[in-house]
Amino acid sequence: MRIFDPHIHMTSRTTDDYRAMYDAGVRALVEPSFWLGQPRTSPASFFDYFDALLGWEPFRASQYGIAHHCTLALNPKEANDPRCTPVLDALPRYLVKDGVVAVGEIGYDSMTPAEDHALAAQLQLAADHGLPALVHTPHRDKLAGLHRTIDVIRESNLPPEHVLLDHLNETTVKAAADSGCWAGFSIYPDTKMDEDRMVTILRNHGTEKMIVNSAADWGKSDPLKTRKVADAMLKAGFTEDDVDQVLWRNPVAFYGQSGRLQLDVPAPDQLHEGNSILRGGE
Amino acid sequence: MLKSRKELDAELGGAARAWLDEALAEAAHDAATPDLPGPYTSPPWELRYAAAGRHCGPEHADSVRSLLLVEARAPLSSVTRLYEQGTAAERRAVLLTLHRLDLGDTALPLVEDALRANDTRLVAAAVGPYAADHLDPHAWRHAVLKCLFTEVPVAAVARLDDRARGDAELARMLSDFAEERTAAGRAVPEDLRTVLGHVRRIRAGSTTPGTSPSSRLRSSRGGPIPRGVAETPESLRDEGVPAPCDAPHQTPRPIRP
Repeated sequence: MRIFDPHIHMTSRTTDDYRAMYDAGVRALVEPSFWLGQPRTSPASFFDYFDALLGWEPFRASQYGIAHHCTLALNPKEANDPRCTPVLDALPRYLVKDGVVAVGEIGYDSMTPAEDHALAAQLQLAADHGLPALVHTPHRDKLAGLHRTIDVIRESNLPPEHVLLDHLNETTVKAAADSGCWAGFSIYPDTKMDEDRMVTILRNHGTEKMIVNSAADWGKSDPLKTRKVADAMLKAGFTEDDVDQVLWRNPVAFYGQSGRLQLDVPAPDQLHEGNSILRGGE
Repeated sequence: MLKSRKELDAELGGAARAWLDEALAEAAHDAATPDLPGPYTSPPWELRYAAAGRHCGPEHADSVRSLLLVEARAPLSSVTRLYEQGTAAERRAVLLTLHRLDLGDTALPLVEDALRANDTRLVAAAVGPYAADHLDPHAWRHAVLKCLFTEVPVAAVARLDDRARGDAELARMLSDFAEERTAAGRAVPEDLRTVLGHVRRIRAGSTTPGTSPSSRLRSSRGGPIPRGVAETPESLRDEGVPAPCDAPHQTPRPIRP
């Protein structure tokens, strides 16, 4: 079974997670830039983070036979902080990088005017760079937030098939699907979605343009949720081809619109003398 | 291995060749007008630099980026910006090209940055001809040791034979490293023997250092590596043991296979 986790924050995870993900079948992932839990205070803090998503983290992933790509953006929460908004001016020089397969995560947190501006500006950046966009839907007031998000997308120069609406659930899946965008679901241990609810949604709405991710990060989360959804799908009677479509071909098709996916990462070598990752000084 | 423009022209398809022609022309043009309008603005050829692999194929990205740097006669400001704002692959191409640019030793901070990295692609690119020409002895020895630690093949180290020859301090570092590995029950990298071989090779026209047996060094196959005068630790030299080039004429003992 081959799995593509289209949304996972590996900078917050350990090398044990990489190994477990490889063992579970994960061969590719996309790491969206996001809020670190601790607010940033300057654009330079973003730049170091972006550099890590384009440098160290892909190297770390490659040690475990996993292809690593990223999406870059000013996230919705920090779009409200004037100390951070100059990041928007610097994004063009990052969006030309090979490892960047979308603009994201963008979208709404509290639905403020500053978030309106950042969302519209970054949808335009995606259109300018021939990139799709990963759009986070808000955790609070989600359905209203989704409608407002879809309105902004309609007014943008980015076609809906270049947009992935993420963190959807039973209450938002229909409006998202009707918009023509791709539908993303984050499977969490307690919040957002679980694997059995995900199976029910797939049964009711089909597998086309449906994307499942773990969204694992520094919170209570599980980087193996993609595999658990695959297993739940098979148990519920979906075919292996259905699983391959949702867990591999759909995310490949969505991010492949960037023209930048490179999925041929060699299998991991034997563990490096017992170390889980190469080190310069141990 | 970096390819020349002629070699690239022979291998690239029509669209890629046309893209490369335009990119090189932009780079040459920007070389004449280096001023930038703002802190986040890059000249067009620098944006091409990032996209080289997508237009010419990932296997040619290093060569194309290197050609762009040379054609732009990239000054330190450009080289530094491209390195600091670059992906790992973009940084690698900068490192591989430094010796082809007229930078003197001013780009050493970039090499030092790469040698602090644990990304082996960067470490390997950092120990090329530029490092051989400009790294001071201490930094160069640590670069060699870092290659051994991170299993970057020492074949990547430019002019290894020349710089290692007769370097007693390098030999001491290697022997300490081997001892530490042996104490931990871990294999000593085969490449350590390669470097040691270069240390012991004799500078043309100089006298031949002697050897003395020692069980301190053990190869990964378990056999002792004889300890020559060429590896004399500083501490022993203080006690009257001669440094490599001061050694009396003796026949060197070959390293066991």
